[in-house]
Amino acid sequence: MAIEVRDVNKSFGTTPVLRDVSIDVESGSLTALLGPSGGGKSTLLRVIAGLEQPDTGTVRISGVDATRLAPQRRNVGFVFQHYAAFKHLTVFRNVAFGLEIRKRPKDEIRKRVMELLELVHLEQMADRYPSQLSGGQRQRMALARALAVEPEVLLLDEPFGALDAQVRKELRTWLRRLHDEVHVTTVFVTHDQEEAIEVADTIVVLADGEVEQVGSPAEVYDNPANPFVMRFLGPVTEIGGSLVRPHDIEISTEPVEGGTSATVSRVVRLGFEVRVELQVEGRDAWVQVTRGFADQLALTSGDVVSVRPAPGARSLVLATV
Amino acid sequence: MTTDVAVPPALPPGPPGGGARPRSRFSVPGGTALGVGSAVLYLSLIVLIPLAVVAWRSVDQGPGYFWRAVTTPDAWSALTLTVGASILVALINLVMGTIIAWVLVRDRFPGKAVVDTLIDLPFALPTIVAGLVLLSLYGPESPLGLNLAYSRAGVVLALLFVTLPFVVRTVQPVLLELDKEMEQAAASLGASPFQTFRRIILPNLVPAMLSGTALAFTRSIAEFGSTVLISGNLPFKTQVAAVNIFSQIEGDNTTGAAAISTVLLVVALVALVSLDLLQRWGSRRG
Amino acid sequence: MAKYGLRTIAVLYLFFLLVLPVGLIIWRTFGDGLGPFVEALTSASAVHAFQVTLTVALWAVAANTVFGVGTAVLLVRHRFPGKRLLNALIDLPMAVSPVVVGLALILVYGRFAPVGGLLESWGVQVIFSTPGMVLATVFVALPLVVRAVVPVLEELGDDQEQAAHTLGASRLQAFIRITLPGIRWALAYGVVLCLARSLGEYGAVAVVSGRLVDQTQTLTLFVEERFQNFDQPAAFAAATALALIAVITLLLTKLLRPKG
Ligand SMILES: Nc1ncnc2c1ncn2[C@@H]1O[C@H](COP(=O)(O)OP(=O)(O)OP(=O)(O)O)[C@@H](O)[C@H]1O
Ligand SMILES: [Mg+2]
Repeated sequence: MAIEVRDVNKSFGTTPVLRDVSIDVESGSLTALLGPSGGGKSTLLRVIAGLEQPDTGTVRISGVDATRLAPQRRNVGFVFQHYAAFKHLTVFRNVAFGLEIRKRPKDEIRKRVMELLELVHLEQMADRYPSQLSGGQRQRMALARALAVEPEVLLLDEPFGALDAQVRKELRTWLRRLHDEVHVTTVFVTHDQEEAIEVADTIVVLADGEVEQVGSPAEVYDNPANPFVMRFLGPVTEIGGSLVRPHDIEISTEPVEGGTSATVSRVVRLGFEVRVELQVEGRDAWVQVTRGFADQLALTSGDVVSVRPAPGARSLVLATV
Repeated sequence: MTTDVAVPPALPPGPPGGGARPRSRFSVPGGTALGVGSAVLYLSLIVLIPLAVVAWRSVDQGPGYFWRAVTTPDAWSALTLTVGASILVALINLVMGTIIAWVLVRDRFPGKAVVDTLIDLPFALPTIVAGLVLLSLYGPESPLGLNLAYSRAGVVLALLFVTLPFVVRTVQPVLLELDKEMEQAAASLGASPFQTFRRIILPNLVPAMLSGTALAFTRSIAEFGSTVLISGNLPFKTQVAAVNIFSQIEGDNTTGAAAISTVLLVVALVALVSLDLLQRWGSRRG
Repeated sequence: MAKYGLRTIAVLYLFFLLVLPVGLIIWRTFGDGLGPFVEALTSASAVHAFQVTLTVALWAVAANTVFGVGTAVLLVRHRFPGKRLLNALIDLPMAVSPVVVGLALILVYGRFAPVGGLLESWGVQVIFSTPGMVLATVFVALPLVVRAVVPVLEELGDDQEQAAHTLGASRLQAFIRITLPGIRWALAYGVVLCLARSLGEYGAVAVVSGRLVDQTQTLTLFVEERFQNFDQPAAFAAATALALIAVITLLLTKLLRPKG
């Protein structure tokens, strides 16, 4: 295991922020810490990096107990949400910083930094100052800087949080490819489930300071441990007392076996997808179907239909209130 | 905060950048303790212990002695002159400082930038030089024929010179930040320019005006160098408290000097504490 | 119009209070050309006063810079009990009359005071000599560096320092390589203010120096002593020299001052 976090508790004042958190991060994996805002993701990441001290519990990095180790002795790379670029140093010197601290020979530093700048496509920018870079470029510089010291683990706090949607998407794919090239154990924080599913091998869902579920993106999406995780990872709707993904529902104009009768209240065409809004047993619900299928059914509001979970669909029975 | 050369007002408290983490949390408490210890030691050896000794010296022969030392005719006259002149100087600053700040922010005329820079000159100029400078224009050899040397007016003039920047530099930034749309809104609601000033602008300036005035007052109370030459140091007439203390030290009467010093310290602290309360009141009002 | 009225009042006030007096003394100093000015400032007493001033100011600035940066870092980056109190005490010297500063130091470090007597028996004379003048100058200029650095340190945040730590920098390395460059302009600003204040201090130094001509006489004391002895040219020359230093300070601080 590259990182083992055991029973970590952490409070700020009287507010508990992490509660009995234990996670294992496999060597070479790309793990997402996913959860709502204020859930403790950054705090957990900072505990791993040594930027915060846990109140109780231990952190092991590459098998070594690092709980009481100062951040500079942990050999982790940390990428800060707002980059923490060294404003008074050029891109080159930013990336070289960790190597200079380690007193590596000049030409070795030069070679390694240029390699890294190439890796992050910033070789043209070496002599610029951070203020002369775009957000995405600064982000990549921060990544190169963290990678320069060959960290045992790479920790990224909302690496794309401050970027606009387009750049975010590009960097996301790029991070995945980069990881496949470099293979350094990576943990990144995000509150965007799409980002976590697309990029990570493993997702740790953290809410209110507690680990809700750990698993591959498919596991967490398809077999959510509880309604919270199911809701957080994707769209859900409620039919017959169960939580179901709207694309996992069959809809037909004829009554079907095991189906529930519903009234169409609105049909919304969203490009390829069509969203059919229903009244089921006096509650609002919705179903997602393809355009072709919707055309075939020719639904209009007021129609009475029958709905049921598709065979093999995952659903969670909600506790009745 | 008072300084002898203008320092921009401190930033509002709290971590900038909107981060949730106010401070680094991994500081070694041992290192912190060592640092705090050194800072406190430095402050104690140079500032706190000496000032405490002054206060202690002023009362160690009993309150009766303290009272007699403070109420000897020349000491009492110096103290009342100092407080009276300081109040007058503070009030003149309140008006003139606000007008100057207003002109510097809202008016445009050639040479404004130079005037703006000059405002800080009294903070940068050594006080003895300030006194000399004033004496050469308003002394016996005055080319204007205006001789204020050895008069109370001369003392007030010296104090006005050294305290000039306080109100200007506290009011100016507030005026700069003042939302123009507020005034436009008032105008659109039918307020005349004077009404807008009276009801919209002035209430927003008052906290800064008062804190600048309090700083000018404290500085006046403590002033020494600029008054030495122009006042001619005449007991009962132009001798301010600091000069009185100085002559008592020269006359080896350190206990008397300590008593008057303590009075000055207390007056200054009262003014500063009031200022602090004022600032809190101001910041609470946004 | 009200606008012109206010402008006239403001400009006239500044003209008669500030511009005319300062202009006049410069005119009087240079009225007879540069010769008398140079002559007055190159007399043995003047040169000595200049040396004393510089020695005292440099020691005081060095001490206050170390203290100022250290205290600013403590106040902004660390938590400890009594922080608010320390923060408030830093400003205390601003409320103290320079003469009281002098008296306070005499009462502790004077020959007849316990501490001063002890130091005297070790051969260290504080009052009426350079150490006392340095102490007095340190006292009056104490808050300047702290107050210049604190807001910038706050604004800088600790992200960059933490990033340096994760890259392996020790606290000292992070301070030297990251924090110090981040605050360098504010620090320069504070040091300039502190230096100007130190060069120009009169009252506190007048008390603790004993005003011994050619021994503990600084430039400001020289101005006063020459003036009282009816040597106006020397007094005006030294005053003008100090005023020029003040103007340079003003321009430097204008350049260095944080925006806003
Ligand atoms: N230094 C601190 N002092 C006090 N409270 C803190 C501190 N750092 C974090 N917190 C609190 O701890 C909780 C968790 O914070 P954390 O930053 O770990 O959340 P997060 O999951 O990263 O949220 P986000 O997605 O908004 O970044 C929040 O309620 C926050 O206010
Ligand atoms: Mg966070």
